[in-house]
Amino acid sequence: MSTQTMAGASPMISREERHRRRVLQRGAVYLALTLLGILFTIPFLWLLSTSLKPPAQLFKLPPEWIPNPFTWNNYPRALTAIPFFSYLRNTLYISLFNVVASVISCSLVAYGFARIQWPGRNLLFLVLVSTLMIPFPVTLIPTFLIFRDLGWINTPNPLTIPALTGNAFFIFLLRQFYMTIPEELSSAARIDGAGELQIYWQIILPLARPVLAVVALFAFMSNWNDFLGPLIYLSDRNQYTLAIGLYGFLSRSGSAWGPLMAAATMMVAPIIVLFFLTQRTFIQGITLTGIKG
Amino acid sequence: MAHMPDLAAGRRRGLSPMVQRNLISGLLFISPWLSGVVIFTIYPIVASFSYSLTSYDVISPPRFIGVENYVSAFTSDPLFYQAVGNTFFYALIFLPLSMLIAVSVALLLNLDVRGLTVYRTLFFLPSIVPEIASAMLWGWILNPQFGLVNALLKAIGVPTLGWLSDPDWSKPALILIGLWGFGSSMVIYLAALQDIPRQLYEAAEMDGAGAFTKTWHVTLPMLTPTIFFNLVLGLIGTFQYFTTAFVVTGGSGGPAGSTTFYAMLIYNNAFRYFKMGYASALAWMLFAFVFILTWIIFKTSGRWVYYEGERA
Repeated sequence: MSTQTMAGASPMISREERHRRRVLQRGAVYLALTLLGILFTIPFLWLLSTSLKPPAQLFKLPPEWIPNPFTWNNYPRALTAIPFFSYLRNTLYISLFNVVASVISCSLVAYGFARIQWPGRNLLFLVLVSTLMIPFPVTLIPTFLIFRDLGWINTPNPLTIPALTGNAFFIFLLRQFYMTIPEELSSAARIDGAGELQIYWQIILPLARPVLAVVALFAFMSNWNDFLGPLIYLSDRNQYTLAIGLYGFLSRSGSAWGPLMAAATMMVAPIIVLFFLTQRTFIQGITLTGIKG
Repeated sequence: MAHMPDLAAGRRRGLSPMVQRNLISGLLFISPWLSGVVIFTIYPIVASFSYSLTSYDVISPPRFIGVENYVSAFTSDPLFYQAVGNTFFYALIFLPLSMLIAVSVALLLNLDVRGLTVYRTLFFLPSIVPEIASAMLWGWILNPQFGLVNALLKAIGVPTLGWLSDPDWSKPALILIGLWGFGSSMVIYLAALQDIPRQLYEAAEMDGAGAFTKTWHVTLPMLTPTIFFNLVLGLIGTFQYFTTAFVVTGGSGGPAGSTTFYAMLIYNNAFRYFKMGYASALAWMLFAFVFILTWIIFKTSGRWVYYEGERA
């Protein structure tokens, strides 16, 4: 929108006038971005503020922003209302299993797609890319029945074991990156008598570290956030992850917004911290997703 | 497709030892994925088609009933039409809106603004919040009695809304929640914008192009591959839209079925009513629909997606 007005800088206008317009336009851009930024931050602030309020203050109208009196009570209340640490342990087990398994399996598979020439490779890669476009409900029921027949319902296995077979999206990311590594590095190693596994381990993996970090991060996040998988496969509360544990908490204590928001904060905070610790990896990962698409 | 005959012909002629060796090691490297795609993708797609022709309650064995499930979706399940309608409503309003916001904000951020990373972080953060947490939070923010949004409406003298408890406003409420997470596609657009070569703008300026002309004739065409990518992913995403609607309505899809989306209809039939056959038929129709839609988008993309010579 503001770019449109910028077009008005015709040579007929004096220098000062043009400068004045530029300043105004810059001002408008910053104003728009800042207002929008505040708007998008409000939900976070409200989450935090609610989690620190005493129960009586929640239902005051008009709503008050500053907790009065400021109280931590909602946090211990949330921790005792649900077995938070048991949910946390289950979530961490599933998430970390997926991180390790995805990094290993996807980096191997991507190597097969990017660094070795073999007949049929491009066709199978096309299959891999097209599986990205299959909505989950399509495969949901038979997959559920497979796990049921294996006796894996109410165990974390349906949420962990598939990671051993890789993930199409991560394989795609890694393959795109592997393709940019000069072929000469591989052929030189082959002349020296190195096998494919050796080239994978000694040449490609060290170079791919940044992208492997992206895969690890995304694998962790998607499992930490996953709701549907645990909803379908876990019905025993001892097996619950944070996502469905929180959902159970919500359905049982509908309007205890203080403890609910405290629990939500405890689930969101690690992700935010993770983001700030790995910001570059994060943005690079999202960017990788799009650009080569 | 072109590679299949190559493969067959190669075998007949006898592959050279090197090609053979490469084929074996290639297949070995991809074998984890290959076994996974057979077990968790190809088999389920085929199996869900065969389940879709049966009546199956998980306890007694599936009983063949032909196309009855498909017929009854259209003739005796009013929720089917409602779920299709809800899903289209969401897709047709949410997708264009979120793309518009994402592209606009990315264009603003691309104007050499100072503090770019701060703004980028502010807009990006909501998109990494777990859906369960954002759904809980927004359920509270949109609470009809004590919610923040209605308090704001009241303060500026506008009538308050029922949001998630009003069938007319529940979907707009969900769209609002979805828009909070526009940041991840915005980051993709921003990266694509920063990738556009400066020379293109310089050339346009030499031809006397103003900012608007440059945006319209340089920036947007260069951005079309990214828009295309986000459109395809976005469409597939909205057709599996589930978690937020499920959480804010406690799994009911209410009020009055107004937030029963297609994926939720499948989930409810499969895991609440244990109508696995019917749910499979619903899933297969979704599969066919998304397949055709994606095919159409890819076929028509040549008309509006601009690829640089070297990429083609």
